[in-house]
Amino acid sequence: MLTTPFIVLYSFLYLGLLFAIAYWGDRRADRNRSVVASPTVYALSLAVYCTAWTFYGSVGRAAATGAGFLPIYLGPTLIAALWGTLLLKMVRVSKSQRITSIADFIASRYGKSQRLGGVVAVIAVIGVVPYIALQLKAIARSFTILQSGPEVQTDTLLTTMPVLQDTALYVALVLAAFTILFGTRHLDASERHEGMVAAIAFESIVKLLAFIAVGVFATYFLHDGFADLFNKAERAGYLNPLVGEGMGGYENWFALTLLAALAVMVLPRQFQVAVVENSDEDHLRRAVWMFPLYLFLINIFVIPIALAGQLSFAGTGVDADTFVLTLPMAHDQAMLSLFAFIGGLSAATGMVIVETIALSTMVSNNLVMPFLLRRWKRLPPDADLGQLVLRIRRGAIIVILLLGYLYFRFASGAYALVSIGLISFAAVAQFAPAMIIGLYWRGGTHRGAMAGLLMGFGVWAYTLLLPSFAKSGWLPMDFLLYGPFGIELLRPQALFGLDGMNEITHCLFWSMTFNIGGYLFLSLWRPPNVHEATQATLFVDALKHERPIGIRLWRGKAEIKQLLGLAERFLGNARARRAFTAFAARRDVQVPEDLPADAETVHFAETLLAGAIGSASARVMVASVTAEETLGLDEVLHILDEASQIRAYSHELEQKSRELEAATAELKTANEQLKEIDRMKDDFMSSVTHELRTPLASIRAFSEILYDDPKVALDERRRFLGIIVDETNRLSRLVNQVLDLAKIESGHVQWRDDAVDLGVLIEQALAVTEQLISEKGVRLERALPENPCVVTGDTDRLMQVLVNLLSNAVKYAPDRDGRIGVTLSRSKDRYRISVRDNGPGIAPADLESIFEKFRQASGGEDKPIGTGLGLPISRRIVEHLGGRIWVESVERKGATFIFELPAGREGD
Amino acid sequence: MSKKVLVVDDEPNIVLSVEFLMKRAGHEVVTAGDGEEALRVLAETKPDLMILDVMMPRKNGFEVCTDVRANPETADLPILMLSAKGREAEREKGLALGANAYITKPFSTHELVARVDELLRGVIHT
Amino acid sequence: MRQSALTRQRLVGVFVLGLLLLYSPVLALFDVAAEWAGFPVSYLYLFGAWLLLLLLAALTVEGGKQ
Repeated sequence: MLTTPFIVLYSFLYLGLLFAIAYWGDRRADRNRSVVASPTVYALSLAVYCTAWTFYGSVGRAAATGAGFLPIYLGPTLIAALWGTLLLKMVRVSKSQRITSIADFIASRYGKSQRLGGVVAVIAVIGVVPYIALQLKAIARSFTILQSGPEVQTDTLLTTMPVLQDTALYVALVLAAFTILFGTRHLDASERHEGMVAAIAFESIVKLLAFIAVGVFATYFLHDGFADLFNKAERAGYLNPLVGEGMGGYENWFALTLLAALAVMVLPRQFQVAVVENSDEDHLRRAVWMFPLYLFLINIFVIPIALAGQLSFAGTGVDADTFVLTLPMAHDQAMLSLFAFIGGLSAATGMVIVETIALSTMVSNNLVMPFLLRRWKRLPPDADLGQLVLRIRRGAIIVILLLGYLYFRFASGAYALVSIGLISFAAVAQFAPAMIIGLYWRGGTHRGAMAGLLMGFGVWAYTLLLPSFAKSGWLPMDFLLYGPFGIELLRPQALFGLDGMNEITHCLFWSMTFNIGGYLFLSLWRPPNVHEATQATLFVDALKHERPIGIRLWRGKAEIKQLLGLAERFLGNARARRAFTAFAARRDVQVPEDLPADAETVHFAETLLAGAIGSASARVMVASVTAEETLGLDEVLHILDEASQIRAYSHELEQKSRELEAATAELKTANEQLKEIDRMKDDFMSSVTHELRTPLASIRAFSEILYDDPKVALDERRRFLGIIVDETNRLSRLVNQVLDLAKIESGHVQWRDDAVDLGVLIEQALAVTEQLISEKGVRLERALPENPCVVTGDTDRLMQVLVNLLSNAVKYAPDRDGRIGVTLSRSKDRYRISVRDNGPGIAPADLESIFEKFRQASGGEDKPIGTGLGLPISRRIVEHLGGRIWVESVERKGATFIFELPAGREGD
Repeated sequence: MSKKVLVVDDEPNIVLSVEFLMKRAGHEVVTAGDGEEALRVLAETKPDLMILDVMMPRKNGFEVCTDVRANPETADLPILMLSAKGREAEREKGLALGANAYITKPFSTHELVARVDELLRGVIHT
Repeated sequence: MRQSALTRQRLVGVFVLGLLLLYSPVLALFDVAAEWAGFPVSYLYLFGAWLLLLLLAALTVEGGKQ
């Protein structure tokens, strides 16, 4: 079986593995190849929520209270759906203000109040240390049980052991060493621990697999699956309605859910992994479902294990809290029980490490630093403050773990440890009103927050902590049963006569009532002051902008050397210089010394320091080297208002300038088009005048000749007069076409809707042009269908098109062997008419341009043939009738003009 | 003294009227219907003056003018441009290319005859 | 997390559905000592509702990527 050295060896091998992972994660982070920059790792690290209390305690709670373990996980599942705004806001605010703990968060929200941060830190330590003790106990107890296998001990009196042989002490010390190594390697402005996060994510996988392994064993190896197990349990009378009967009422079900939902937001370790260690806001997206999925998976087998344990150990007195470990042991599964032990170890160590780091940050930044700063007043010269801060943190880690150990040592086995998980939850839940309301309501003040916290914490201590002491025998039971001094109304767990509630529900109700009541009452008593109003805006409006923008509400005198010196003292020369140089580069300044000592620089220095020593202390430190002028509330509100307006404006401006750019581009295009149109109009005018001048020139010349010279021979006279008549006709044709085109283009044409039979129309058009054709002697070929081809359109206009195309064809056909052809055909729902000639054809470049005004023959200054308006007019007519017209041509082989019209209904 | 005048235009009616006017003024007339024909006739008949249209197929009047001036044999030939392009820019272009006179259609027959007369006598008008 | 406002609102919808399924009298309907296919109805209902909620949440945030 498992010997003690074997278990110890495996435990250390496991811790060594964790150590290696953390080391590797840190190295990768140093080389900027982060392993934790993954949404999955982020979601897994959140599972630090599942501690030994989950791993061992859920089964115990299931055995005792049915579904009593579930609200602890349903609460986080539900609130995770709200993370898209709630947690995002916390992350955004914390990143922009370099907030590194809950104490800092609350202090910062209410005007960077040192005292408030201190109170939060104290409450956190008092509330959480017992929880750490619970983890130590879980490790020590599971170790002892495993060691004593294969028999399953009914109970172990751990505390009877001498301190130096006490496993828990060594566990505490090893964990302290581990936490120091990875939690306080250096003082970082962002306070992120990538190696630790990698190790925590890994532990989350281990504990999940271990728990599921035990669950599968209990369900499928000890029994024949779920149905079989449930069946047997029912016959043995273990199966009850889970919620109502198991938990003694739905109000407890609801209260525990609310408690867990708050806890998952405000537990120091959850804040650490979810907010401080967050490397990318996008990771929240996956956490919204992956974290609840994890909780779901780790809970599926809780009830089966509890039932299997109850069936196996009926009557033996084995504690249900140990079923996860003792069930495999009782069935001689040595390796499985070792795996279960490692899983429990993962759950416990993960919690202890993260929680301790979070608490030590609070203790050092919010308790020790303010105290030291107040004592020094002025900075003691030459002290390496960075090292000092690190030493304070390391000391805090050791003290917190030893406090946990002491609590374990004195309270182990007593009542106080059994439900300490929920008691802890209730303690930290006191942070929720100040944190969550403060994210959405600007009116909260630091007095309100302080009052709420103190009253809530007081009620918590009175209704949960003191009774737990009484139950452990440290206080007289009379206090619990009859109230202090026999005042019944003040009985701690039936406060003001509110009896018959589960103690947690009772505490939650009263503490939240006093907490929120105090918070609202005092906040509404007086309006927020300058600092409170400033910070309120930064928190409440955090999501209004894509990137966090610090508002510089500072006016006064500062020296850059002193700010730099201050940062160097806390962060070390290299680190501070690097940060300042980067900041200088952003402001286009070469060296940090040349930075202007303005509000922006002071703000930068303060946030830089805030990462290392907390926002409240940072404010004090910066104030110690600068001379700040106090701004009035009006002034601050004005600046804030302006800033938010400016941000709104700048957003709008961006939008506007983008629109403007688009509009400019459009205008440019439009302008080009206008220029083109103008040019075309010019060309058109020039073409028109040219076309008018030519016949006019002939008319004038011959008129003058005839007028000047009456002696012109008669036949010449007749000839000249004939020319004058012809040119006059040409002139009027041209004028008519120009007017016609202008009319069509301006939309002044009255279009008629005739039913036109195209075959008939073509015959008519041929009749009109017959004389032209026979004069030139071209051969006509026609291919027209017999049946009617009816379209809807204007008969006269269509005739105009046909005549134009036909006369063009005749005109361009060669004098010898000239041939033209007309065909009419139907394709799908359109009629197609083509008119071809065997003339010179059209160059490919001109196929399109011939449909432009005066462009038909060829461009340039060569003389076009014809008026140059026939085709543009034809195109407009055809297009108006819903058809299209184009030309196909092979040069020197002739051209074919084709137009299509939609078939009218009559033709079908 | 009879001079030989080359009339170039793609409009037969214009050619006819100018030819009539020149003959009545006592000149010998040769004609061409486009730019290329004009250059050919020019080389063959060596006229004393050319009346040149601008918008013609196969080499327009501006191109013909350029070619004529580029050829040393004809570089001094008086050229009168007779064009329907009436814009000032076109008139300037014609003169810049070497035309000695530029008359816009429709033209006054008296002016045409007078200008031809001047050019043939060596009076340079622009 | 640059979620659209619509995604956020859908998630709030999931949250409200969760309240309805698990924290309203609907729960009492299924919190009974009966079984279905060998499973206690309350066990099946609680875990079924839970799975439904997280699947909806997953669809809401991951579905938008397409």
